[in-house]
Amino acid sequence: MSRILIVAEHANGKLSHATARCVRCASQLPQPEITIAVFATDGAVALEAAKIEGVAKVLNISAPAHAHALAATLAPPLAEIARAGYTHVFGPSTTFGKDLMPRVAALLDVPQLSDIMAVESERRFRRPVYAGNAIITVEVDEPLIVATVRVASFQTAGATAAAAPVEVVTPSAVLPTHTRFVEVSAPGGDRPDLQSAARVISGGRALGSAENFQLLYKLADKLGAAVGASRAAVDSGFAPNDLQVGQTGKIIAPELYIAIGISGAIQHLTGIKDARTIVAINKDSEAPIFEIADIGLVGDLFKVLPELEALL
Amino acid sequence: MKRILVAIKRVVDYNVRVRVKPDGSGVALDGVKWSINPFDEIALEEALRIKERGGAEEVVVVTFGPADCQAQLRTALAMGADRALHVETGEIIEPLVAARLLLKLVEREAPLLVLLGKQAIDDDNNQTGQMLAALWNRPQATFASKLELNDTSARVAREVDAGTEILDVELPAVVTTDLRLNEPRYVKLPEIMKAKKKPLATLKPDELGVTLTKRVKLLKTEAPSTRQKGIKVATAAELVTALKQRGVLA
Repeated sequence: MSRILIVAEHANGKLSHATARCVRCASQLPQPEITIAVFATDGAVALEAAKIEGVAKVLNISAPAHAHALAATLAPPLAEIARAGYTHVFGPSTTFGKDLMPRVAALLDVPQLSDIMAVESERRFRRPVYAGNAIITVEVDEPLIVATVRVASFQTAGATAAAAPVEVVTPSAVLPTHTRFVEVSAPGGDRPDLQSAARVISGGRALGSAENFQLLYKLADKLGAAVGASRAAVDSGFAPNDLQVGQTGKIIAPELYIAIGISGAIQHLTGIKDARTIVAINKDSEAPIFEIADIGLVGDLFKVLPELEALL
Repeated sequence: MKRILVAIKRVVDYNVRVRVKPDGSGVALDGVKWSINPFDEIALEEALRIKERGGAEEVVVVTFGPADCQAQLRTALAMGADRALHVETGEIIEPLVAARLLLKLVEREAPLLVLLGKQAIDDDNNQTGQMLAALWNRPQATFASKLELNDTSARVAREVDAGTEILDVELPAVVTTDLRLNEPRYVKLPEIMKAKKKPLATLKPDELGVTLTKRVKLLKTEAPSTRQKGIKVATAAELVTALKQRGVLA
């Protein structure tokens, strides 16, 4: 039997979709028994986690120190819980999970697998290396396997009306005080979240300026889409860095991805190749983005964008 | 002495398009160009800037790997590091082992800050800094895009999915760097000549009392699956029609 412990990601009192994707991944292990650990200041998120289909139990760890997710603070109690007979400890391969899980693995004295994209068996997994240019199959012979789950590779697990039981636990691990949260600034506003949006429109360097980049928002509003950017557009100052899509930014898998004026550097393609439908609009017919686009339109984006907007 | 330890890794250069070997045993590495991992280069640049501002007195750069890695250490010395440590091994170093080796060096060098890239662009693990911080029982600030060093603490801006997060960490601490922290300097020829005279010490893993265990077994390396060739449309109207045909638009 696989006993999997998943650490929940949440912010502002809401569970992240990444958690239900980890559940989907965990459910592919043989005979899974899935437990979610929720570190928070109260029990609200734990109740939400209990409604994810396939979850056997939710552990609620409530403390003022967990008002913000700090790896240094979360790792000792999470490692303590993991030692109680679990076979796997999973977290999402988001900045939250990437920050936390290696710290947990080191405390548990086990290696960590990053970014698992497929489950082959209880101990065997596939993961991307070289920015997705190669896929490796790895096996770990450890009593406890710690991993981050590439969220773009797994659908969210469904919801269930029959909520799993929530158990309040109080680990004895001493929480360090050497790391203090100051603030987080999210320039995104009330647009759909880039990481979980069903539709994403991204702009590249060809937009030419921050003002022109704003053109994307009008189209995004029509489609109910989130807005992303290539690294070139971010580096040129057209868009803030939290919009960056690609291996070094956000790896996403929307239903529809529209790349506008993006040539398609390898690291960008790696971040979008799990999208259901990829549309590319670019005036260079030789641009690498057309090699992976389902629908390509060779043309001047400044002409195509208003036309497209008028049609929607 | 106020010291910064920078860990660097030798990797296949950013611009090389790696090819998977047909027999599935790995990627083709014959004759490829090697460089300092770009994120580690950013870490080194930041350490040098801190020193130039008077925030540190010495920058020590370290790497683990075969003898060839000394080329990257010399580059780091040419960029401005004061001395280099080379832990020589032909073995593959897993992140947990790298963290153990770093911990031993941290105990010797007593740095106020350990700086390293958030991940290496070959194995894309993104683990070593966090693991070192855990073993050392010190703070970590990953994905740094801004770093201000004070006497006893550092204020770090982190690039997180939600935007930018600010943390205060007590020193000593581990900071891993993201792309936008800085733009590394170019090395000038006179610096390369000078770097040849800078100290570079070589030591073996067992001198540090660390056993090189391999716990993750690599079974197979494959090329990623490719997407089916798509269609081309000529106008916005055709694009909308195609999207409707695919059921993406209502």
